[in-house]
Amino acid sequence: MTTTTQDVRLREPPPHERLRTPARRGSRALTGWSFAAPFVLIFGVFLLLPVAASLVMSFTDMRATDMRTPWAVEFAGLGNYTRLFGDDLLRRAALNTTVFVLVGVPLTMIAALAAANAVNSGLIRFRAAFRVGFYLPVVTSIVAIAVIWRFLLDPEAGLIDNLLGTIGVDGPNWLGDTRTSLASIIVMAAWRNFGTLMVIFLAGLQGIPQHLYEAATLDGAGRWAQFRHVTLPLLRPALLFGAVITGIGYLQLFEEPLVMTQGGPLQSTLSVSYHVYNQFGLGNYGYASAVSYVLFVAVVALSVLQFRLLGNRDD
Amino acid sequence: MTDRLAKIGLYTVLVLGLLVVVGPFLWMALSSFKPEAEIRAVPPAWWPRDWSLANYAQLFDRLDFPRYFANSAIVAVLVTAGNLVFCSLLGYALAKLDFPGCKALFLTVMGMLMVPGMVLFVPQFVLVSNLGLANSYAGLVLPFVAGPFGVFLMRQFLQQVPDDLIEAARVDGAGEWRIFWRVVLPLCKPALATLGILTFLTSWNNFLWPLVVATTDDMYTLPVALALYSIGQNRIYYGLLLAGAVVVVLPVLIVFLALQRHFMRGIAMTGLK
Repeated sequence: MTTTTQDVRLREPPPHERLRTPARRGSRALTGWSFAAPFVLIFGVFLLLPVAASLVMSFTDMRATDMRTPWAVEFAGLGNYTRLFGDDLLRRAALNTTVFVLVGVPLTMIAALAAANAVNSGLIRFRAAFRVGFYLPVVTSIVAIAVIWRFLLDPEAGLIDNLLGTIGVDGPNWLGDTRTSLASIIVMAAWRNFGTLMVIFLAGLQGIPQHLYEAATLDGAGRWAQFRHVTLPLLRPALLFGAVITGIGYLQLFEEPLVMTQGGPLQSTLSVSYHVYNQFGLGNYGYASAVSYVLFVAVVALSVLQFRLLGNRDD
Repeated sequence: MTDRLAKIGLYTVLVLGLLVVVGPFLWMALSSFKPEAEIRAVPPAWWPRDWSLANYAQLFDRLDFPRYFANSAIVAVLVTAGNLVFCSLLGYALAKLDFPGCKALFLTVMGMLMVPGMVLFVPQFVLVSNLGLANSYAGLVLPFVAGPFGVFLMRQFLQQVPDDLIEAARVDGAGEWRIFWRVVLPLCKPALATLGILTFLTSWNNFLWPLVVATTDDMYTLPVALALYSIGQNRIYYGLLLAGAVVVVLPVLIVFLALQRHFMRGIAMTGLK
């Protein structure tokens, strides 16, 4: 049976019950922390400290010019956070990011589910080749993907508009038109990311006992009924996990618009992370940190929401 | 009869899907051998008419590609080595040594997985700049050598290792470090392979951090160099970019094809146990 990462976290490390004397306890602490020390030291300085510093910075008016004297900045109270509400660019970025998540996550999951089911089917051969092929974009640098996709979507020399041209359709300027730019980014992100989910779903599918399908066949269930009533319910942990990690990743949309559109045209592909990056570029470090913390809260909220909606329905 | 139909349907879907996913890569590889004019030809052709290595020659003439390649490799190797050492040590401690504070430590490290990259980005930049590490290998490597993902993966794996093995070594009088080195690490080979490959790949493809931290030409990594010659440029030399993209993708592709079962296992292992 499969378990989600959440269950794993709740499991206790094995206790060494017989060794619970104070002396052993002290030496256990020494051993444990000495194994942990190298990681903790670097993690503390380069990850934990920045997360804390970011929170502090978000309540200051720190700018790039304060870079060498970060301790001398003025506290701005909630100033950065109240400024968020009047920021039209942020509102636009939040809207774009929401659309990206709401359309992108289901699209990616459906593509991954279809691929996983097709590859997992006992009817076909060359399964490994298909699996490797679908996974290829995941291991490819976003910069290389951008080179490929900008050319695919090029209104003149691009493959897509030329293909459309052969059936008499006048293809749009995908990335240059505000009506198609975000949609192009969504499709590209789904294309790039569905391979990861496919592998997760495949692992889930292989954990479903074959006899359940045999029993369903005996009961006269067709392929669709089997998928609907056997596969989907038993795949729930994998689907939940897939939705959560894709949601967390997609809320942070940044690289795709950076390499494809620089947030344009007319902010139609500006995301929240991209807005943070732009504010960083303008030197507004305090404000950039405040926006990034709002994104952090949104990531946590989305994860909790997905666990509520999709998880533990049987309990 | 229905089996036959289902089979045809499945193959159609899969082959079409493969065409959509892998087709662009094939087109990239083929077009990198076309002269610039042919790349921009309308309508585009798949097969190059005049095979030419001019685009690849330009990578060396106009840009210092061997240097970028070496930088990418150095950074990726250091990041990978760091993660293998630090994450296996902590992963072992969290899985098998029940020490005071281990639960809080685990939750803190796992919590970091939820933190958006942008929260870290600005303060990390201020920190690295103030430590005088901007535009150095240390600045490119240090923020990534102790990743929470590796701890998660190693701990997951080590929890399945039977306690008896470790307990037996302890009864034999082996010290804790000796147990780790002689008993635990050899058992971890599959997990270390998976972590090593995934980390190397992530580092090789890492883009935003080196873009900001590497400020002079001699510290650029491959993706940074490629991006700087493509993003926001008015006149795009597709030939140069395509050849560059092939050089970025090729090492990863070779590693991936050779070791793909480790990739698949890594994803499946951290996703679902």
